[in-house]
Amino acid sequence: MPSTEEPQSSAATKNPRRRNGSADRSNPLVSGDKGGVAGDKVFNGLALAAGVTILLVLAFVAIFLTFNSVGAVYTEEEGLNLGAFFSYAYPLLLGSLMASAIALMIATPVAVGVALYLSHYAPPKLSRTIGYVIDLLAAIPSVVYGAWGMTFLAPALVPLYDVAHEYLDFIPFFAGTPSQTGRTVLTGGIVLSVMIIAIITAVSREIFMQTPKLHEEAALALGATKWEMIRTAVFPFARAGIISGVMLGLGRALGETMAVALVLSVGPLTFSLISSGNSTIPAEIALNFPEAPPGSERQAQLIAIGLVLFLITLVVNMIARWIVSRHKEFSGAN
Amino acid sequence: MSKSIQAIDMNIYYGSFRAVEGVSIDIDSRSVTALIGPSGCGKTTFLRSINRMHEVLPYASVEGQLLLDGDDIYGSGVDPVTVRTMIGMVFQKPNPFPTMSIRENVLAGYKLNGTRLSRSDADSIVERSLSSANLWNEVKDRLDKPGSGLSGGQQQRLCIARTIAVKPDVILMDEPCSALDPISTLAVEDLISELKEEYTVVIVTHNMQQAARVSERTAFFNIAGTGKPGKLIEYAETSTIFNNPSEKSTEDYVSGRFG
Repeated sequence: MPSTEEPQSSAATKNPRRRNGSADRSNPLVSGDKGGVAGDKVFNGLALAAGVTILLVLAFVAIFLTFNSVGAVYTEEEGLNLGAFFSYAYPLLLGSLMASAIALMIATPVAVGVALYLSHYAPPKLSRTIGYVIDLLAAIPSVVYGAWGMTFLAPALVPLYDVAHEYLDFIPFFAGTPSQTGRTVLTGGIVLSVMIIAIITAVSREIFMQTPKLHEEAALALGATKWEMIRTAVFPFARAGIISGVMLGLGRALGETMAVALVLSVGPLTFSLISSGNSTIPAEIALNFPEAPPGSERQAQLIAIGLVLFLITLVVNMIARWIVSRHKEFSGAN
Repeated sequence: MSKSIQAIDMNIYYGSFRAVEGVSIDIDSRSVTALIGPSGCGKTTFLRSINRMHEVLPYASVEGQLLLDGDDIYGSGVDPVTVRTMIGMVFQKPNPFPTMSIRENVLAGYKLNGTRLSRSDADSIVERSLSSANLWNEVKDRLDKPGSGLSGGQQQRLCIARTIAVKPDVILMDEPCSALDPISTLAVEDLISELKEEYTVVIVTHNMQQAARVSERTAFFNIAGTGKPGKLIEYAETSTIFNNPSEKSTEDYVSGRFG
């Protein structure tokens, strides 16, 4: 602080004296580093351009989606018809949310556990190796996950679904006839969870490792065990980071197309996780878009559900931001 | 409660590097002992081995005995967590938990120990600890505000309050004033003089005036050169160390001829 204030104050006291005394003498403080100033301006401009570009792209996507989805709710003959679109969209939306919720519920604890192991428990060498493997998980194309889920995981889960149906069918999620192919929304959710574990782990691990040593030692010096230290110092510090990681994972799960389209045998909405049925918005769009004639009401309908997904993702992210900012005062950022 | 400390031939290692060699020292209960010496001489390393915080660092280890009122804290089967609840520590930089309020920071030790406190017990602990740390009057109206919003000196006194809240037997301080302004330093030094009525205090400091002001006995550590282990050179009454040391290197250091 003092180092930045000092030149300003000395400039302020010297400038008037110089101007009064010898006007012709140039102020040595003015000349400065011209190249540096220009560089600063260029970089400022680049950063601004990048920021504006992202907003423009987002705006164009929103405008494109809105403009092209008008046909889904308004036609010349029938006028405004929100009801028909709503009854078409809500099962897909619930299907998407269901698959993503399953994925998050499985992936979050696993990913946070793995990240914690990597950052605080594993020996450094092992931690690096596992870190690479986790990063590799993120690099596998989703179609491979889809194929694995369809041909291997789904059949393997069938016996489990039968057992769940037998003993747990009083819970609505496990009621209904269990699918004999195993290609259900639960299988889809599990495949999605494997896909998003990588990203949640990577983000959480980074943030766990940034926990200030000072706070960890403060907890240990008070007589905390390792786990208590993690609860007292690491988790509170990492809260916002974990939420960001989970939101990135949720974004991927909500938008995932290929894996779900392959794994799920799509059908009408059902709350039974072990029966076939359900679909998600991205899968619905991917499976039907090629057959929808350009400019038709069907195409408009598909684009409109895309817009719904766009808005849902936006809302989810805003809620996450709000959760993070609610505790800003206690985040340690001040 | 206050306990004496007796180190017997302690060697302290980082991996295979011996950072501190052959330290034996007797520290009385209810006293203030200052550890002084040039940077890298092992005084902080030794301080951190008194409450087994040294071994938190990867590959760090300790040889020898350290007796707390006669009980070896490095004995087999001793849980470092138990040792640390008995020997509190104040660090170089103030480190209140940023996600906790002032009140929660003071009670953090109880929360960690799993002690259930009634509202009134908790209130009295908070008031007693903050009063002992000379901080009560400054924060009593904002106990629910985050501890990280206080000034540096207040934060350090909050950390001291957090340490004394759990009534440890010994308080270790690792250059507690090095990040503070002179007025906050004075407040903390006054506090140290009060603390010795109830606790055994061991303080590492680079500031020799501070050692002279607050401590009764002073230990001078030194190293022969880079890569060599630090050793305890001389340990005596503070006035002896500063006025009439028996070792030449102690005299050179306290008179400012090196270090």
